[in-house]
Amino acid sequence: MILSRYLFIGILLLFAVGFAIAPLILVRLVAPARRGSFKQQTYECGVVTTGETWVRFRIQYYLFALLFIVFDIETVFLYPWAASYLNLGWFALIEMVVFLALLAVGLAYAWARGALRWL
Amino acid sequence: MTTIDLLGTFLKILIVVGISQGVVAYLILVERKIAAWAQDRIGPNRAGLELLDRPGFRRLAPLLRPLIGLGLLHPIADGVKMFVKEDVVPGYVNRPLYLLAPVLAITMATIAFAVVPFGPVGATGANFLGFGDVQFQIAPGIDIGILYVFAIGSLAVYGVILAGYSSNNKYSFLGAMRSSAQLISYELPLGLSILGIILICRSLDLNAIIHWQDRHVWGILVQPLGFLLFLISAFAETNRLPFDLPESEQELVGGFHTEYSALKFGMFFLGEYLHVITASFLITILFLGGWDIPFLTDQAQTGWFWALVKVFALLLKVGLLIILIMWVRWTLPRFRYDQLMDLAWKRMIPLALLNLVATATIVQLVRG
Repeated sequence: MILSRYLFIGILLLFAVGFAIAPLILVRLVAPARRGSFKQQTYECGVVTTGETWVRFRIQYYLFALLFIVFDIETVFLYPWAASYLNLGWFALIEMVVFLALLAVGLAYAWARGALRWL
Repeated sequence: MTTIDLLGTFLKILIVVGISQGVVAYLILVERKIAAWAQDRIGPNRAGLELLDRPGFRRLAPLLRPLIGLGLLHPIADGVKMFVKEDVVPGYVNRPLYLLAPVLAITMATIAFAVVPFGPVGATGANFLGFGDVQFQIAPGIDIGILYVFAIGSLAVYGVILAGYSSNNKYSFLGAMRSSAQLISYELPLGLSILGIILICRSLDLNAIIHWQDRHVWGILVQPLGFLLFLISAFAETNRLPFDLPESEQELVGGFHTEYSALKFGMFFLGEYLHVITASFLITILFLGGWDIPFLTDQAQTGWFWALVKVFALLLKVGLLIILIMWVRWTLPRFRYDQLMDLAWKRMIPLALLNLVATATIVQLVRG
């Protein structure tokens, strides 16, 4: 019974993919296709492109990414807690405050060590 | 699930998707008109003007002229243009990913709407030809609605990242990198800011949250800080100014969609506006009472009249929010990148955590 509710989403997914692909096929039939070497070049403001794009790239925010994973999982834990919070009483509050405090200390530590500094 | 349910679902999907795509076309016109109004211009008022000189249309001129003046034919002209322009695929792209990106963007934007109610759900009393009550939601009865919307919302960023990566263009690549940085920063306040309202309403189901607000007060009154944090994060998640760094026309020439033309560009555009619509629905449902009109509506009212009143109230609130989002675009300048990251990590996440602890404590005190 519960699964059949999710079937509606499955139907919508099929529709959505159809809505996305059908115009792409239609446009092949309707739109003109006149190829040219200039058209196919990479557009970088009219300047001839130099060097590769797919190079090794230092993503400056990888420390943010690590923190994100920690906090994202924490958020997921908080959802069931929040939804059933009123049935649980003071104990749930204290427990969650301890959990959040540990994470807040982690964030404060990362902040103090300069992980949140944009290089 | 019966055949009737299936047919009803097909019908609802066709209506909702059809209307939302039409609405998006006209939202672009509204956006351009608001931009014009903010900058003291007239805005689009030309499309269709040459029609008036055609012999067949001369008699319709008094009827057409005011429509053209308001720019009402522009969305139609834009739509036709998307289809009949040449769809250039640059020679150096990664083709499979390049084609997948717009499909992904638009699919995710569409299916995110599945659990969003656009009117009353449950015993609505709005009977459709004797087949039972109409549920104003595509997939009713899913009790983890919010989680679903957020899950799909995070998948939507893959469209942007794949587009930026596969384009083999440095500007696009930078746009994609910025987009993922923005996602990992604003996903957290977005998720944390609504925990307060979930805690108060005791449910992850969007309908249950509306019902609570209908019985008590609007979410914005019990969670003002949560509302503010959610609103700001929603701007960032939908890539709207002042957080539109993945696109930023002036520095990245459009960012991730620089190499896209004609219909594929239009698909990104459509996806983006669908996200704005979904975000406005979520803000309305979580914080502005959904279909609730204070002192007027309640859940017990049934029948077509009240159902339509509620649908209209919800759509009106959503419309006003969308206009607010467009208005902000012409009010606030774009953030610099480090400012954007600082705002999320050093201000919004600590505030969201504080808001959660404070809410939990107060709820416990009020109950005890």
